[in-house]
This record gives sequence, C-alpha cells and structure tokens, in this order.
Amino acid sequence: MELFTEYGTILILMAAAFGFFMAWGVGANDVANAMGTSVGSKALTIKQAILIAMVFEFAGAYLAGGEVTSTIRKGIVDSAVFTDQPDLLVFGMLSALLAAGTWLAVASYMGWPVSTTHSIVGAIVGFAAVGVSYDAVNWGKVSTIVASWVVSPVMAGTISFAIFRSVQRLILVQDNPFDRAKKYAPMYMFAVGFLMAMVTLLKGLKHVFKDIGIKLSYGENVLVAVGFGILVTIIGTYLLSKVERDESKEEDNRFYNVEKVFAVLMIFTACSMAFAHGSNDVANAVGPLAAVVNVVNAGGDIATKSTMPSWILLLGGAGIVFGLATYGFKVMGTIGRKITELTPSRGFAAELGAAATVVLASGTGLPISTTHTLVGAVLGVGMARGIGAINLRMVGSIFLSWVVTLPAGAGLSILFFFFFKGVFGV
Amino acid sequence: MAFSNPISNLFGRSPIKPLQEHMSLAVGCAAQLEPFFDAVIINNWAVASKVFDQIAEHENQADELKKQFRLNMPKSLFMPMSRTDLLNILAQQDEIANMAKDVCGIVLGREMDIPAALQADLIGFVKSAIETCEKALKAINELDELLETGFTGQEVKFVKKLIRELDAQEQKVDKKERKLRHRLFKLEADMPPVDVMFLYSTIDNIGAIADTAERVGNSLELLLAK
Repeated sequence: MELFTEYGTILILMAAAFGFFMAWGVGANDVANAMGTSVGSKALTIKQAILIAMVFEFAGAYLAGGEVTSTIRKGIVDSAVFTDQPDLLVFGMLSALLAAGTWLAVASYMGWPVSTTHSIVGAIVGFAAVGVSYDAVNWGKVSTIVASWVVSPVMAGTISFAIFRSVQRLILVQDNPFDRAKKYAPMYMFAVGFLMAMVTLLKGLKHVFKDIGIKLSYGENVLVAVGFGILVTIIGTYLLSKVERDESKEEDNRFYNVEKVFAVLMIFTACSMAFAHGSNDVANAVGPLAAVVNVVNAGGDIATKSTMPSWILLLGGAGIVFGLATYGFKVMGTIGRKITELTPSRGFAAELGAAATVVLASGTGLPISTTHTLVGAVLGVGMARGIGAINLRMVGSIFLSWVVTLPAGAGLSILFFFFFKGVFGV
Repeated sequence: MAFSNPISNLFGRSPIKPLQEHMSLAVGCAAQLEPFFDAVIINNWAVASKVFDQIAEHENQADELKKQFRLNMPKSLFMPMSRTDLLNILAQQDEIANMAKDVCGIVLGREMDIPAALQADLIGFVKSAIETCEKALKAINELDELLETGFTGQEVKFVKKLIRELDAQEQKVDKKERKLRHRLFKLEADMPPVDVMFLYSTIDNIGAIADTAERVGNSLELLLAK
C-alpha cells in the first residue's frame, strides 16, 4: 500500500514513541502498586525493591509477555474486517496508544486510581467499534477480558485467603512458630519458583524457543519447572539459614522473629510479583505497537501470519525500567510509607495470591489489572482476619474508575482516530 | 504529579495500637489511686491534690485519644473484629479513667477522713482493684498478637487464660469490698452520718472500677468468639 511505503517509518516511529511513553507510565506508576506491599511491610528497602523490579519486570515482559501482547495486538479487533483497509488498523492502534497514554496522564494528575489495562482495552474497543464498525470488535474476546477483570480479583482473593489460612495452620497457631516457619518456608519458595517457571515455559518462552529451535514436551516442561523450583528453594534455604532468632525482641512482640522468616519469603514473592506484572502489563504498551509494526512491515497485508519481532518486547521492558528509574522509586517510597499495618506474613500471602493469578492470566493471554488483582488478594487476607483495617471505600472507587475509564479511553481514541485519518488524508 | 495509589489507600490505620494506648492511659489513671490514698490516710492533702492533677491530666489525654479513635472509625472500614465491639471496649476503658478521677475528686473535695481501723484494708482494696485493671490491660495488650495469628490457636487460649485470671482477680476485689463495708458498718454508729455515706459510696466506686475492668475483658472475649 502506498501509505505504508511513503509513511511506514514515520508510523512505526510514532507507534514506538507512544508505546515507550506508555511503558514509561507503567514503570513509573503501576510497578509501585505491585511492589509497594513489599516495601510497606519492610521486607525490602526501596532500593532493593527497585533492583528486583528492574530485573524481574524486564524478565517478565521479555520472557512471558508475548501472549497478552498478542491478545492486545489482534485479539480484541476482528482482523477480517481490516483486510481491505489496513491503514485504519494502524491509525486505530496509534490512537489507542495516544488515548490511553493521555488518559493515564490526566487521571494520574487528578489522583484517580485508573488501570492501564482498562484504558488500553477501552481505547482499542472505542476506535474499532465507533471509528470503523461495530463488527470490527471481537466481542466474544472482549467479554472474556471484561469477565476476567471480575474473576481475577476474586481468584487472587481466594488464593491468598487459602495461603494465609495455611500459614496460620502450619505456623502461626503452633507452639513454636519460629521453628515451624523455618521448616515450611522452603515449601512456599518451591511453589513460587515452580509456578513462575511453569507458566513461562508453557506460554511465554514460545517465541524465544522458536527462535533457537527448541521444542519441549509437557513432561519436560514440568521437569524443568521442578528443577527451577528446587533451585529457588536452595537459594531460599541458604538465606533462611542466616535468619537468627533474636529472643530479646520477643518480649514486645512474640512474632518478631517469625516475621523475619516471612520477610525472607517475601523477597521471593516480590520477584514473582514483578515478573508477573511485567508479563501482563508490558502488553498494554507494546501490543498496539506490535500491531502497527506488523501491518506496516507486511505492506498492509493483514492476513500474513507473522511473528512478533523480539525488539518490541525489549522496548517495552526497557520503557518500564526507564519509568522505574525516573519516577517509580518516588511513588514506591510514598506507598511504602503509607502502608504501615502490613506485616510480612500477610504481605507474602497477598503477593503470592496476586502473582499466581496474574501469571496464570498472562499465560492465557488475558490482560488484567495487576493493581485490582492485588486489591482482591489483600481483601482475601482480610477475610481470614489477618489485617487490622482495610478501607472498603477503595473498592468502590475502583469500580467507579472502571465506569469512567472505559468510555474515557474509548472517547479519546475515537477523537484521535479521526484526527489521524484527517492528517494522513485517507 | 499527584499520583493516586489504590494500594496505599487500601490500608486503613489499625485500631489496635490506639486502643491499647488508650487502655494504658486509663489504667494509668487507676494506678494513681494508690499514691493518692497513701496521701489521704496521712491527711497530706498537698500531695493528694498533686496526684489528682496528674490523674486529671491523664484522663484528659485519654478523652482526646477516644475522640480521635472514634473519628478514625468510619463504617467503611473492614476489620477482623466488629466495629461495635471495639467502640464498646473503648467506652468501658474510658469509664475506668473517668471513675478514677471522680473517686479522687470527691475524696479530695471533702478532705475525707479515713478511720484508722479501715486504713490498711482500704489500701489493700485499692491495690486489688488496680491489679484488676492491670490484668485487663495485659489482656488488651494481647490484641496485636491475636491479630497476628488471625484470632486462632494458642494465642486465643492464652488470652482466654488471661481473662480467667482477670475474672478471678475481680472476685477477690468483691470479697475485699464486702469485708471493708462490714468493717465500716461496725464503725458507722460513732461517725458523722454524711461522712459514712460518702465513705460507702467511695468504696462502691472503687469496686465499680474493678467491675469495669472485668467488663473490658468480657468484651474482649466477645471478639474471640467471632
């Protein structure tokens, strides 16, 4: 198509710039939400949290971010409708990125708790349904995504409830909670390692393996994941052996030393949380970018089956890390200071519940909101009578932000869509 | 930019620490009854009035804490214990401080003369009542450990034990109260009737402080039941 030969590079550069901006936003704001519990429960310092976040967000984005990215790229819109008018898809995706980015900037400035995921999904649905045609949206997929927004917090809540109950049963109610904690902590570490490795191998690493020509059977995947789980356990056990019991602190709080064990455990859940977050949220930034790159490179031929270039996920990962480095640490500090009532044993249960849910969603390619999932997980621990006070008003404001974000993202993206159409004269 | 953080806004301030602080202030008021009556029986009204001032100051602080506590308890707070129960406990704790102040106020205002035959028993009675309050404080101080275990297991048993001890202590106070009243009954014919009346009411009020402390423990037990 003429448009793509003439303006192809400009379009890709624009998409890359918008995508990078979105990734910056994810790194600056969202990561802090995902990691804030670790800092708040004093299991990690801000510096440590940032380091972990940088490494594992990047790893998650690059290694396991492909599935969700492809949902955003081609799952929400029905590509058949765009076969004759690929330019509309390109403009649409550009508008969606710009709309979601703008909306997030406005919302952040106003202090509203909006989700990146909801903004981008709303924006894509908006341009496709209104700018192109009602049929351009794959409504079946969209309803699955919206359903997952309800299911994911509930699921995270259920998992973290169960995890916290198991912690109570196995450790906290016992006569010698410290010894019990040391005994059972490696079990939880194994679970963390196994889960992360399994989802990554099954779903995320597909594109990496394809590049180097490796194909593993399901059994081999399980074996590798078990191996990874054991590796994590060994590292964890080493760290645990350094935790010493300080009896003098137990006079004031009998669970002081138990919490020290959980603080070690929380290093691992923090890693998994960052990994999970990277794997799911990178798509919000680079999914539309991938769509643009795809269409332009194929010269407008949407039907061509093409794999996503790895540099796109790399760019997304880099953007997140850049956001963290420039602004994320500030936000993380603020959150950490505000969360004072969360102890490591609770933070651990909430983070693991949330991370498991997000990683599973990433594996199935569902874009969900990490923040909302974590809120669900915290509520789950609260249900188990584990947290002193939870502000239920937050749940209401999250619902409100849904109601506002979807039409706002959609409206802005429709606006930008017609603007781009006009500028490029189609 | 004013970023909003749903996660940090999610956590409210746990009511447990303020509740414990309030209780320790209230029990602090009650504990001053001992130096107060020590001064009263030797008619040292200068010291007694100084102790009274301290009690009044602590009582004021407790009141302030109570106000803050109530303001920070919106209905939208989701807690592992019932809001009503917590507010009940708070009200009872506050009563301990109020009653301690009232007892001292009347004794000081009337410069009450304690008959020599009653003095030793009265001091023992006061000490016993204070001990009841301190046992209640100890139970309240277990609330954070209760939360840590999610209100289960050994910790619940431990707190129940503390509450049993508190009940037993209150019964001791009752016994001493009966004994003291009986002694006063023997003496009352030779004393000015108004003084006798006020002495009875003072004894009653000190007993009521111990009663209230026991009620704090019972309310705590209600939290465990859920």
